[in-house]
Amino acid sequence: MATQHSRSAARLMMAPAVVLLLGWMLVPLIMTLMFSFKKYLPLRGGDLGWVGFENYVRFVSSSAFWPSVVATLTIVGGVLLITVVFGVLLAILLNQPMWGQGVVRILVIAPFFVMPTVSALVWKNMFMDPVNGLLAHLWKFFGATPIEWLSQASLPSIVMIVSWQWLPFATLILLTAIQSLDSEQLEAAEMDGAPPLKRFGYITLPHLGRAITVVVLIQTIFLLAVFAEIFVTTGGAFGTRTLTYLIFQRVLESQNVGLGSAGGVYAIILANIVAIFLMRAVGKNLDA
Amino acid sequence: MARAVTQQRKIINTAAAWGIGLLIFFPILWTILTSFKTEAQAIADPPIFLAFDWTLENYAVVMERSNYMRFLWNSVIIAGGSTLLGILVAVPAAWSMAFVPSKRTKDILLWMLSTKMLPAVGVLYPIYLIFIKLGILDTRTGLVIVLMLMNLPIIVWMLYTYFREIPGEILEAARMDGATLKEEILYVLTPMAVPGIASTLLLNFILAWNEAFWTLNLTAVNAAPLTAFIASYSSPEGLFFAKLSAASTMAIAPILILGWFSQKQLVSGLTFGAVK
Repeated sequence: MATQHSRSAARLMMAPAVVLLLGWMLVPLIMTLMFSFKKYLPLRGGDLGWVGFENYVRFVSSSAFWPSVVATLTIVGGVLLITVVFGVLLAILLNQPMWGQGVVRILVIAPFFVMPTVSALVWKNMFMDPVNGLLAHLWKFFGATPIEWLSQASLPSIVMIVSWQWLPFATLILLTAIQSLDSEQLEAAEMDGAPPLKRFGYITLPHLGRAITVVVLIQTIFLLAVFAEIFVTTGGAFGTRTLTYLIFQRVLESQNVGLGSAGGVYAIILANIVAIFLMRAVGKNLDA
Repeated sequence: MARAVTQQRKIINTAAAWGIGLLIFFPILWTILTSFKTEAQAIADPPIFLAFDWTLENYAVVMERSNYMRFLWNSVIIAGGSTLLGILVAVPAAWSMAFVPSKRTKDILLWMLSTKMLPAVGVLYPIYLIFIKLGILDTRTGLVIVLMLMNLPIIVWMLYTYFREIPGEILEAARMDGATLKEEILYVLTPMAVPGIASTLLLNFILAWNEAFWTLNLTAVNAAPLTAFIASYSSPEGLFFAKLSAASTMAIAPILILGWFSQKQLVSGLTFGAVK
């Protein structure tokens, strides 16, 4: 079928993409690895020589490290919990017969298309501002004292903003998965007298298992890298300094490249652990 | 459906879905509405929903003060350029993987996907340094290259998924009839591939348009796109709600419209075909 001629042509056609991605992956990665073993302060003397694993030790023993791990886990975990739970419920609801389903779908998807800096800024000012924000008006209407969202409840606020952005993604994927569920199976269960909660637990949820896994894995990779939402709202203050943000500050703000690079290597390792599971899920599908 | 759904249940479903849909959409709606208010009305307590004096003044002020057109133009060039360039590189690669698959095709695809998972912050300084050395920091060229590389795995994957669904028999028939490789690509494959390429283009344009790590960290003045334009409103001008809303509306409106067209492709594109 495929001749020798077409094989070498195919290899040639693949080459640009492969070479570019290889360079994009290897060059910066090797540089980061190299910097991570050096004392490197661009504004204070530049490259000051090799220091072994000192940066790796210093990065994890700094007082900012553990809080940043906690902040990262809170954001990733919180957003995953909210988007998956509400995503499943919303997908089930949207799958029911109703009027104007297409329009509702559009309304639900919309936040995904809003650029992160806009959604962060809109939430920060128009909703979470303690004086003029809409939520402050709402609180005052009920006679309560408005909350200073981004300082008193900074992490929950960020979780809320990011969840709003990612709920559409989860819902859309889960809805796609739910639509492939055989409705006859559900009807048969209903006729046999299975109550709604059992039908959900034994038929719908297992069917969604794979889609939920994919949602969790893909979102985790993106959520570990959340940046603009913090950059715009708190600038890393009030306990919202995530691992990503801490590395950004080390590298660009305090210009300690060695230390930041060591942090970068940690982040790469962390992302790769998640990635392995995702690749397994995707790879399985590739065989089918 | 084997069983008719009662009218009552349909009404309840509709009400619930519309209620939740509007709640989720509300921040966007509120931003759009606020952009047409005066600053005083924008922070009025109790909030004014529709009965305000509609004005276009905020848009005029934003346009005048911040050179909005330059940011918009940068966004268009960066998102458009990186996507087109990416497609140019990815089409031959995806074509060969779909039609002349080898034992390693699957590994190459998965490896490409794995490059997408590298956290950007891990390679921030090297890229920054390379950009300074090459003199492309704060240029559109630099961002076009970075965003192209960043989205290339998704572009290859999406195209591969589409191409794989084109029946190989058609190509063989063309080959039997004596079509050369060039003719095969030009006259047989391309027309069938156009819808797939178009939706890949659309989705990746959106992703590049909204990208907010590299665009914030690698630009200052000259190449700053809309993401940076909005971030510059974070303080103290952020307190002018109506103007902030006008700026935000202008930044998201074009992409919201494109996004609504691409919602079908979103799922397969962003899950790398893992959910269909």
